[in-house]
Amino acid sequence: MPLVKNGMIATDALIHVPDGAELPGDGAVLVSAARFLENPEALLQRAGKTGVIWPNNRDVDDLVPFLDRLAVVALVFPTFRDGRAYSQARLLRERHGYDGELRATGQVLRDQFVFMLRAGFDAFEVKKESDAGAFALTSKRYSVFYQPTGDGRLTALHRRMQQRHSESAGQ
Amino acid sequence: MTSPLEQKIRITGPSIVTANRTFDGAVIYRTASNGWSTSLSEAAIVRTADEARALLTESVADDVGAVGPYIAPVEIKDGGKIKPGNLREHIRLKGVTIVLLPVPA
Amino acid sequence: MYAYDELDRTLINERVEEFRDQVKRRLSGELTEDEFKMLRLQNGVYLQLHAYMFRIAIPYGTLSSKQLRRLAHVARRYDRGYGHFTTRQNIQFNWIKLAELPDALADLAEVGIHAMQTSGNNTRNVTSDQWAGVAPGEIEDPRIWSELLRQYTTLHPEFSFLPRKFKFAITASAHDRAAIKIHDIGLRLHRNAQGETGFEVLVGGGLGRTPFIGKTIKPFVHGRDILSYVEAILRVYNQYGRRDNIYKARIKILVHELGIDKFAAEVEDEWLAMRDSALTLDDAVIEEIRSRFSYPSYENLPHMPEELKKAAHDPLFERWRKNSVFTHKIQGYAIVTLSLKPVGGPPGDATAEQMDALADLADKYSFGEIRVGHEQNLALPHVAKRGLPALWKALDKIRLATPNVNLVSDIIACPGLDYCSLANARSIPIAQELTRRFANHDTAELIGRLHINISGCINACGHHHVGHIGILGVEKNGEEFYQITIGGRADENAELGVLIGPAVPYGEVADVVEDIVEAYLALRERPDELFVDTVKRLGVGPFRERVYATR
Repeated sequence: MPLVKNGMIATDALIHVPDGAELPGDGAVLVSAARFLENPEALLQRAGKTGVIWPNNRDVDDLVPFLDRLAVVALVFPTFRDGRAYSQARLLRERHGYDGELRATGQVLRDQFVFMLRAGFDAFEVKKESDAGAFALTSKRYSVFYQPTGDGRLTALHRRMQQRHSESAGQ
Repeated sequence: MTSPLEQKIRITGPSIVTANRTFDGAVIYRTASNGWSTSLSEAAIVRTADEARALLTESVADDVGAVGPYIAPVEIKDGGKIKPGNLREHIRLKGVTIVLLPVPA
Repeated sequence: MYAYDELDRTLINERVEEFRDQVKRRLSGELTEDEFKMLRLQNGVYLQLHAYMFRIAIPYGTLSSKQLRRLAHVARRYDRGYGHFTTRQNIQFNWIKLAELPDALADLAEVGIHAMQTSGNNTRNVTSDQWAGVAPGEIEDPRIWSELLRQYTTLHPEFSFLPRKFKFAITASAHDRAAIKIHDIGLRLHRNAQGETGFEVLVGGGLGRTPFIGKTIKPFVHGRDILSYVEAILRVYNQYGRRDNIYKARIKILVHELGIDKFAAEVEDEWLAMRDSALTLDDAVIEEIRSRFSYPSYENLPHMPEELKKAAHDPLFERWRKNSVFTHKIQGYAIVTLSLKPVGGPPGDATAEQMDALADLADKYSFGEIRVGHEQNLALPHVAKRGLPALWKALDKIRLATPNVNLVSDIIACPGLDYCSLANARSIPIAQELTRRFANHDTAELIGRLHINISGCINACGHHHVGHIGILGVEKNGEEFYQITIGGRADENAELGVLIGPAVPYGEVADVVEDIVEAYLALRERPDELFVDTVKRLGVGPFRERVYATR
């Protein structure tokens, strides 16, 4: 399953460690929320970076105290039709100021890339190779956006206001 | 959504597998030769749950050509003519039961 | 009429290109049906019994004549020459080919029409009062707010995969023609004691298997806060709405299970955290949208023009005028409702020829504007009264002047088992038979306002729960049966109808409705006591007796 970061296929810096398995020395790890919360300090004090997979049916509030020390937060789309992680993503980015890697996992398909980018995801465990290859093109599919999110893109409403101001300024 | 193959299959009489053609939505019937036909007379008849399951399995595998295959009842008339086995299948075969009013010139 | 600008048009075109690519990938097998289905639904494409169905959005029910002609073109070029207007101000075509859909969408995009989010688990067409902008006594044009909401909800990255569909409706009149109380979010535009414009917000209305009338979550949300408040509601729903059972996934179930007070508190918490954000609407932005709505340059016209005085001697014209013509906020003008319920016809359908002819009439008599109502009729919103006699003659020629608006034969019906794969029973032939039984206009006028709603299954797309007489198709042992309810209403006094007794077979439905109507005529206190008020006064007992005495 290719990982896409910065619009390109990338190697995953983290090793996904299943529950019960040993942590690999000082390497960067991705662990489940349950494992992380058992002893967050023990994990965070390791030399290697820590990433947490957060389930989509749990409030992100419990993760908030640790956000500034996490390298990766991975959110889950059990099916692409289950959109709870979009809300989690926006809350993490916009309300809690999380600026580490925000990764989309689960059934991550091409046709949701733009929504995911707008919600604040910047890394994608893409299900299909062909979708990963099409990432750069797909993310440029839309140039007009109606509603503001934390992605900084100007909304149509505000582009219109800008146009208006420049029109009246030019008079 | 459970796939049709996961659902319990019960046959109460002669049955067929039907679906809609992907590119245009036309009603199609699974034939005995691994294909589809728009003609009910060419539909493969199954009479047991096992036969139905087998026919449905191969139909579902054709995800490109057909959407939503399922098992439907038919009636076999004397002489072997296949007729739809309920109102829904009758409507799928013959079209709407209503007359649309023409607008006067 | 809202004028789409380059930004709006660009978005629609980008959407069309995206869907074109998705269809290509589906037909090549790159996308499975399981991966594609939600994508096509989000572009308004259903699979029905014998073909795909294509549902096109008509935002807040407003169309230009140019747009109506393009709908006629789609009917002719891609379908079988007719379309069906729905209970949510959309239009549906029943015979469309998936492979041709991107081209149909491209043709529609040229005139600013789209099919975004007319299906799927997202936010659907924002519907409103079909008399918006022209009804007397309106606070202000609710379509300005509908357009703000439409833009806000279109391709919203956070809310495109909700637990289930989500429907908005907005009204700005005391009499609710938009049925806001049976919507997931209903908005009533009004002014507070300080004279500020804002909304009473209702949540959790909806029909289907578990019908609910919407509850007020907040009596006044200032106009500038409406988008952030809606976002708070949607975020709570997105996170906590049930996803384990599609029959319990609407927001009405969440509101019911939490209770309105707890639900309101959750929303309030979320809203306070995000309140003064980028979603706050400032006056300049609202004015910007308002300025894109153009209104006719009305002339100074007399209240009673000569043409109308002369035509008054024609009893057929007078019958139509009294039935289908309504008071406009500007003197000398009128709102004309066009019945799409001809005797013997399928309710809500229009042919391509009718659409083209109507577009011409709209240009001539209504400043090029047409409206679509949720009762499946059309309207011409700005007709100078002096033009009414000539307009009537022209409408009559194209069968758009049946004088049965709001009467017993003005039936609202879903497509039913003739078209829809969800249906248990047919609804259109029932409607057709009823129009034949009540074809006599004198009788229909004697009966007075009476709304019959027919649904072919419990999904209730015909809104049978809120019909004065509601008819629900069910299946019993392979036969079509129908449950009858009475006393429902969809307006500001919204109420669910009550079942009168056991389901009756297909062949008896029209007889039962005749019995109910006869009972009403015998029991009403005065000729002007409406059916629905008689039911309220007496309950279902006397009607049940009458219907089941011999059954």
